[in-house]
Amino acid sequence: MTAAAVEATQPEAAVATPSLARRTLSVFARNKLALLGAVLLVGLIAFCFLGPLIHHTDQVHTDLSQANLAPGSAGHPLGTTDLGYDMLGRLMYGGQTSLEVGLAAGLLATLFGTVYGAVAGYFGGWVDAAMMRITDAALAIPALFLLVVVAAIITPSKPVLILIIASVAWLSPARLIRGEALALRSRDYIHAMRLMGGGGSRAVFQHIVPNAIGTVIVNATFQIADAILYVAYLSFLGLSIPPPAADWGSMLSSGITYTQVGYWWLIFPPGIAIVLVVAAFNFIGDGLRDAFDVRLQKN
Amino acid sequence: MTDKLLTIEDLHVEIASRARTVHALDGVDLDLAPGEALGIVGESGCGKTMTALSVLGLLPNGGRITGGRVLFDGTDLAAAAQPVLRDVRGNTIGMVFQDPLTSLNPTMTIGAQVAEPLVLHTGATKAEAWRKAEETLRLVGMPQPGERMKNYPHQLSGGMRQRVAIAMALVCEPKLLIADEPTTALDVTTQHQILELIDELRDRLGMAMILVTHDLGVIAKRVDKVAVMYAGKVAERAGVRPLFAAPRHRYTQALFAALPERAADESQPLATIPGLPPSLVVRPTGCRFAPRCAFATDECRAAEPELTDALDPGEGGGEHAFACFHPVDPETDPVAEVVPPAPEAAPVRTDESLLTLREVAKEYPLNSGPFARRKGAAAVSAVAGVSLTVKRGETFGIVGESGCGKSTLGRMVVGLEAPTGGEIRFEGQDITALGRKELRAHRREVQLMFQDSYASMDPRSRVGAILREPLVIQGIGDRAAQDARIAELLDEVGLPRGAVDRYPHEFSGGQRQRLGLARALALSPALVVADEPVSALDVSVQAQILNLMRDLQRDKGLTYLFISHDLAVVRYLADTVGVMYLGKLVETGPAEAVFGTPLHPYTRGLLDTVNEPDPTAEPTGTPLGGETPSAAAPPSGCRFRTRCPIAQDICATTEPPPAEPTAAGHRVACHFPLVPAGPGAAGA
Repeated sequence: MTAAAVEATQPEAAVATPSLARRTLSVFARNKLALLGAVLLVGLIAFCFLGPLIHHTDQVHTDLSQANLAPGSAGHPLGTTDLGYDMLGRLMYGGQTSLEVGLAAGLLATLFGTVYGAVAGYFGGWVDAAMMRITDAALAIPALFLLVVVAAIITPSKPVLILIIASVAWLSPARLIRGEALALRSRDYIHAMRLMGGGGSRAVFQHIVPNAIGTVIVNATFQIADAILYVAYLSFLGLSIPPPAADWGSMLSSGITYTQVGYWWLIFPPGIAIVLVVAAFNFIGDGLRDAFDVRLQKN
Repeated sequence: MTDKLLTIEDLHVEIASRARTVHALDGVDLDLAPGEALGIVGESGCGKTMTALSVLGLLPNGGRITGGRVLFDGTDLAAAAQPVLRDVRGNTIGMVFQDPLTSLNPTMTIGAQVAEPLVLHTGATKAEAWRKAEETLRLVGMPQPGERMKNYPHQLSGGMRQRVAIAMALVCEPKLLIADEPTTALDVTTQHQILELIDELRDRLGMAMILVTHDLGVIAKRVDKVAVMYAGKVAERAGVRPLFAAPRHRYTQALFAALPERAADESQPLATIPGLPPSLVVRPTGCRFAPRCAFATDECRAAEPELTDALDPGEGGGEHAFACFHPVDPETDPVAEVVPPAPEAAPVRTDESLLTLREVAKEYPLNSGPFARRKGAAAVSAVAGVSLTVKRGETFGIVGESGCGKSTLGRMVVGLEAPTGGEIRFEGQDITALGRKELRAHRREVQLMFQDSYASMDPRSRVGAILREPLVIQGIGDRAAQDARIAELLDEVGLPRGAVDRYPHEFSGGQRQRLGLARALALSPALVVADEPVSALDVSVQAQILNLMRDLQRDKGLTYLFISHDLAVVRYLADTVGVMYLGKLVETGPAEAVFGTPLHPYTRGLLDTVNEPDPTAEPTGTPLGGETPSAAAPPSGCRFRTRCPIAQDICATTEPPPAEPTAAGHRVACHFPLVPAGPGAAGA
């Protein structure tokens, strides 16, 4: 050690501090609404994916003799649909589609949009100009209109539906992350890395994306919520995966026919489920945003 | 006590945050007579600013006064209600903050802002207030105040903004002016002008002043008495001359010893203060300075020394209070010998040139962006034709005011920016012509030490990852070898090896600067470009970093390109010095020659402007006036001519060629170099 080395020794210097991720989680856990969102989401996932193991129903064959039974009928706690499917079972079954497609489309859109935006923002100049004009052009087309047209041309399966939704949803994370990357690229630590001889891919994947991770994750939660709504829109318009498959949007759509006769159990359960899952994701997103904000504060 | 304007008695302030409470002030006693000027000095985090803010009741969130009194003109401000405080602020007490841009409202005109306190406090009409504001702006030396009042803050330079801030503080003719680091963000020449202005106004208006600063040079000639603060307490309180001549508290003594200006000999390491001020979450037992004090005994660790009143033995015989069990005895203890300097090996300078710059220029187009490029568009000429040679093993210091292009030059040398003209040769190779692969290999040889080390480290990476990154990028060693190298680097810069598991924000400023140096050294470069590496640090920590840089230079044969605005630091560290003004290198040569017998009027002016930390020093020469012109439209001929005291017609028409009028190696670009009269002085 050099003569001037004495400054550094602090008593607690030997103990490693908890990782940033752990500190983020602990701040998140202190936010009651965010915690409620997380509990809601876990509950909904368990309901949709584990529920069918307890409550066995036939969601393939119609049974018109059992159509439109009111809630509380024998074996049908939430009643039955117009085609005789058990409502509770259908809610679980449809929820699987909604959640799977929503999560997959939201994550795919975030992943692609993040990389796209980070690359555009970091390299800047004409690369950025060209890449961002593409997103601007795509944003100019109303998403719902695009979805309806595409869904009308091809009959969607789950993977196709995921791709269609992701293909319109990636635009907003791309623009968001591009802005972050523009700010981050002029940081000294990026300069320091370039001075060591590091290149673009290292900058984007080791520094820009990790430092924008707060924005990315928060945006991902909202993207998933949006994607679930998109699925609901499309199937409400009858443009989703064809029957006997179901999701919450198509359940709403078929139930709407019976509002006049008062079959409320066809509408409220899927409607409430959509509201709950979207709200849950939004609560989580808000909580994460706060958590990422305070993450780097000194403790 | 009735003749005192301000009396602070046993003031306690606590700042509560989420998890803890900091005892920011712990029994501060100060007083101030009308018209008197008090300087408060100390390292950062010692409670200087807190003391100033608590007088005005402007403590930060979570802060409150928990004990003591602040008597101002007979009113206890510590216990006063908000309306009383509002009436005092900006009216009988004016305040000037550090950053002149953030303390002005960007959406209001200058005139409206200066007039605002008048309307609030005196009930003046708008027209009256406006007239008075114009008068005040003229008083603070604002040219064409009537025109300027319609401007917005961003249209003014930093020095002018600080003048506006001072005008705002003075417009109600306060009895007390509190200035918190009023010149820290400004250039040396502007700093000098502002300090002169405050001095003059204080005389004219007869107001008292509290000047809070970390810079002992600023305080030396501007105040009547000084309070040295340490860890929320007053460590020493005395008249300015006795304090500078014979400090009694060991902390004050150590602060002075760490000044590069006071270094006995430039080949000796600076005296340092080890460690950091305590965090004040827990009240320390014993003397607060004891853990860092070379003279501490068990007595110091057990009991807390009281401020003892003693009369000054020297001239005047004013109050000289200090809280120390083992004070400096002025008879037997000369200031310089705090830490016995270690014997030093001879420096490793050679005559082999490592880096050569020839006519290097950098222009930034004013209209940038992919679609805005026009031929012949206006450009900012940041660096204009700089030629210099750095020899292997030396420290080449570059000094100049902000905007002179010194940082841009450094960034071109490390390759962050490409020059728009000229060539940069490193070991004889033109680095602007290197291919991708060669450039990558060249990166190992030249590294940059940043001014703000915190910003230069990825906040999400642990120190281990930060130090490993250069090794990974350059593909040096396997993981185990890299770990060994990281441990070695941490040892070299004097940080514990456990640091690898921590994040950059957990370190203090000085420790981060050590980390920055460690990373710069990871690739064993030949040249380290250090861009203002110590300008954000306290003087005690600055001395540590400067010593460390010297030690490492000696051990590793490093070459430094040391960029700084601080003449004292450059004088201490550099072997060769280059002085830059508005993109031009106006003078270069051996450090002793440039500082001892400057040839360029700009260098002379800079040296005359520096605030020597010595209250008895006689003002010499003529400090620089005016402001640096815009680099977008530099003056014709010699760029310095607009501020030059000896400029002639030729200076406006012809650019002075570099010449060596006195000795080989001491070059100056001036038509009328200040050649000392005497033997050996040859005409240009």
